[in-house]
Parts: sequence; structure tokens; C-alpha cells
Amino acid sequence: MIPRYQKIIFWILLGAAILMSIVLIRLRERAHDRLQTAADKMPLNAPPIAPAETVTMLVANDADGSLSPVDQQIALPEEPGARARILLQRLLAGYAEPHSTHHVAASTGVEEVFLMPLARQKEGQMAVVNLSGAFVEGHPSGIETETMTLLSIIGTLHTNLPQITQVRFVVDGQPRETLAGHADLTRVYLAEDKSVEVRR
Amino acid sequence: MPSIEVRGDEALVRHAIAVVTKVNKPCRRSRTLVVFGCLVSVACLGGRTAGAAAQQAPTSQSSPAIPASPLPAPFPAAPRPPAQPRFVVVLDAAHGGSDTGARLGDPLLEKDIVLALSVRLRSMLTARGIAVITTREADGTLLPVNRAETANHALAAACISLHATATGSGVHLFTSSLPATPPASRFLPWQTAQSGSITQSLRLSSEINSAMAHAEVPVSLGRTSLQPLDSFACPAVAVEIAPLSAAGGSQPAALSDASYQARVVDALAGAIQQWREDWRQQP
Ligand SMILES: [Zn+2]
Repeated sequence: MIPRYQKIIFWILLGAAILMSIVLIRLRERAHDRLQTAADKMPLNAPPIAPAETVTMLVANDADGSLSPVDQQIALPEEPGARARILLQRLLAGYAEPHSTHHVAASTGVEEVFLMPLARQKEGQMAVVNLSGAFVEGHPSGIETETMTLLSIIGTLHTNLPQITQVRFVVDGQPRETLAGHADLTRVYLAEDKSVEVRR
Repeated sequence: MPSIEVRGDEALVRHAIAVVTKVNKPCRRSRTLVVFGCLVSVACLGGRTAGAAAQQAPTSQSSPAIPASPLPAPFPAAPRPPAQPRFVVVLDAAHGGSDTGARLGDPLLEKDIVLALSVRLRSMLTARGIAVITTREADGTLLPVNRAETANHALAAACISLHATATGSGVHLFTSSLPATPPASRFLPWQTAQSGSITQSLRLSSEINSAMAHAEVPVSLGRTSLQPLDSFACPAVAVEIAPLSAAGGSQPAALSDASYQARVVDALAGAIQQWREDWRQQP
């Protein structure tokens, strides 16, 4: 026979356990709702904290095989790798527009730019430009057009970020032989090398 | 020794080295042996050429009476023609087979149009008495290394790589962007063999530029990194033919336009003929 006081304690403890479970479930739901609301309010793009600044794009022209400096106002982040990526994305987006002087496929173009110090030199950095596969697949084939795309990218990087002295290219993170059947993508390009050029 | 024979020796040595360096690349373990073999073969080639020169010396001199050697000749003294290097042009129709090159419009493909241009230019040069070697005569896949092999074995005086594109206007002339190495350097790595001929390649490009200007075809000149151009151990230019746009004030013409093609091929043949004259006068 169970004593009466034990029965009362059992029922009180059971009630307390149920009550605490209900409180915990409710608290968990509230925390979830709070996180959800915070995520919804998160901005999709980073706010342009930096003011717009003047950058110089080296724009290729298929008609006369030239590269011309064109000034543009754009807001760029502080971090050099991100600056390089946004610069190149803006340059290639311009080429995909209908009245462009150098036609390329409309796509992101540049996925990422990695900057790394040069092994045996005190100064200067190497930029590894990761081109998107879609951009490379859609690029017109030809020695001049491919060379001008590379020169335009290399020149724009070096003009705006002079610490970049060498440039390498990969496509979707992998090494590739040529851009579209001609221009060599296996070599390291020297940004100040004037021997790679096109002139009328 | 006449200067023309010195150039023949140089060409032999350069050829041997280009071949050996290429053989050497995939087989590093036997590098020492191959380099030794190279030196032996170069020595043999040098000795043979020097022997030939010594045998020819009396025939090329009109001055009198150097007494003949009293030693008996080991071989019957067959009359030999003077050792003049032959002026050979290598035409490289780019792409081919599964590598179609640029799509120039339906159904025009770069590999087909450059082959047609190569065949046309070859017959035009042959008619002018110029020896021509082509890298391909049909639609087949050829690796850049095979093209360079053909060009470097031929000891060519000019190597023309033919391309076609849908972008730009007129003719684009490209030479290699490799840095020029001084003519004294004899050992040329296969991948960058062109570095020994940069100065001559720029002169050949300038010759073609003048001929195109004469034919009123707009030209853009450039330097680039391109295979097999970088592996050619001869004066080499990549000639890329684009349609003629009306922008430059010229009459627009498509790549398939027969008269436009004829103008370009004519100008190229004229430039190569002029190059032969310059080449003969080189020291
Ligand atoms: Zn091509």
C-alpha cells in the first residue's frame, strides 16, 4: 500500500515536469521566430559603405585592335581581392552590352580574384583570375579577340591596383590550355610586359 | 669560309638542338646521355660540313693552282653542288579534325577556310619557284607539337600560321611575345624555340604588313602567346584573316568572298617573294 503523501508528491512532480516541458517548447519556438525575423531583415547586398571612386578601365576595340583607357565611377570595397573582382566584373559586363566595342558572352565572367605575394620578390602580387566556364565557352574564337580580352583584364588590374605585377588565369578553378582555341592560358602574364600587345 | 656556309652550319646546329631539346623534355632521366648524343651529332654534322666545304673549296675558287693533296682520297671525289641553304616556306593551316577553330557562320568553319587558303597560297608560291612544306593537306587533327616538328625539321626561312576569325576587320598579324634571345644562344627549349627568331619574325611581319597596305587590306599588328608559334625555330608570323568591315572606309567583304581571299593570298605571296630577296642578301 502506497502512503498518501507519496501519491501527492508524485502528482505534484508530474505536474511540474509537464509545466516545464510546455515552457521549454514555448521558449524554443520564440527563439526560432526571433532568428527567422533577423534573417529576413538581413540585406542581400553589402551596403555601399565606400563612396564611389574613379577607376580606369582599359577597354578593347575589335574594329581597330586598340585598348583605350575609360574612366568610370564605381563604389569598391576595401579588400583588394574583392576590389579586383568587382573591377573585372564591371569591365566584362560592359563588353556584354549591345553596343560594346568588344563582344563577349553575357555572364558573370570573373568568379573570383585571388591575390598572393610573389615568392622571390619583396614587392608585387600575383593575381589569379578565376574565369567562369560559361564566359570562356561563349567567348568568340580568334587570336586578336582573345588576346585583347586578356590584355584588357591585365591592364585594368595593373592600372587600378599597381601592386599586381603578374596575372594567371584559371577556369572554374582548373587550369586550361587556351581561352577559346588561341590565347595561351597556361603561362603567367607580366602586367608591365609591353611585348604582349595589339596595335593598329 | 663563305658566309652562306656559316649560315648552313648554324641552321644544322639549331635543327639538331631543337630536335634534341624536344626529345629531352619528356625523358629527363636520360638528359645527360641525350645532351652528350647531341654534342656528338653536332660535332659529326660540323665535321661533315667542314669536310664538304674543304672539298668544295677548289671548285668555288677561280684562283690558280693549289697543288692537290698527295694523300689518296678515301672516297671517289664525286662532284657536289655548292652547299646553299634552300629557301623553304612552311605553311601551317591552323586547327583541323575535331578542332574546328572559330565558327565563321553556318556552315563555314575556320579549319576549312584556312586549309583552302593554305592550298591556294602553296600553289601560288610553287608557281613562283618557292619550295613549300605544308603542315596539313587534309582535314585531320594535328597537335601543335607535330606542326612545330614539321616546321623545325624543314629548317624553314619563313613559317606562316594561317587563322581566320569573325571578329575585327582586315588582317591581324601576330608574332610571338617571347623575349628575344641573342643569336649566340644555341640551346633552345622546345616550348620557347621561337625566342631565337623574334627579330627576324618582326621583320617578316613588317614585310607582310607592307604588302597588305599595298593591297589596301587594313592590318593590325600584335604580339601574343600562341602554340605552335612559340615553338617554331624559324621566322614565324600568325596571319589571322577577318572579314573586311566598312568602318575603315574599305569596301566590306565577307571571309567567303573569293576576290577578298585572292587579294590576301596575292599579298602574302608577294611578301614571301620579297622576303626571299631580303633573305638571300642577308649576311
Ligand atoms: Zn585559329
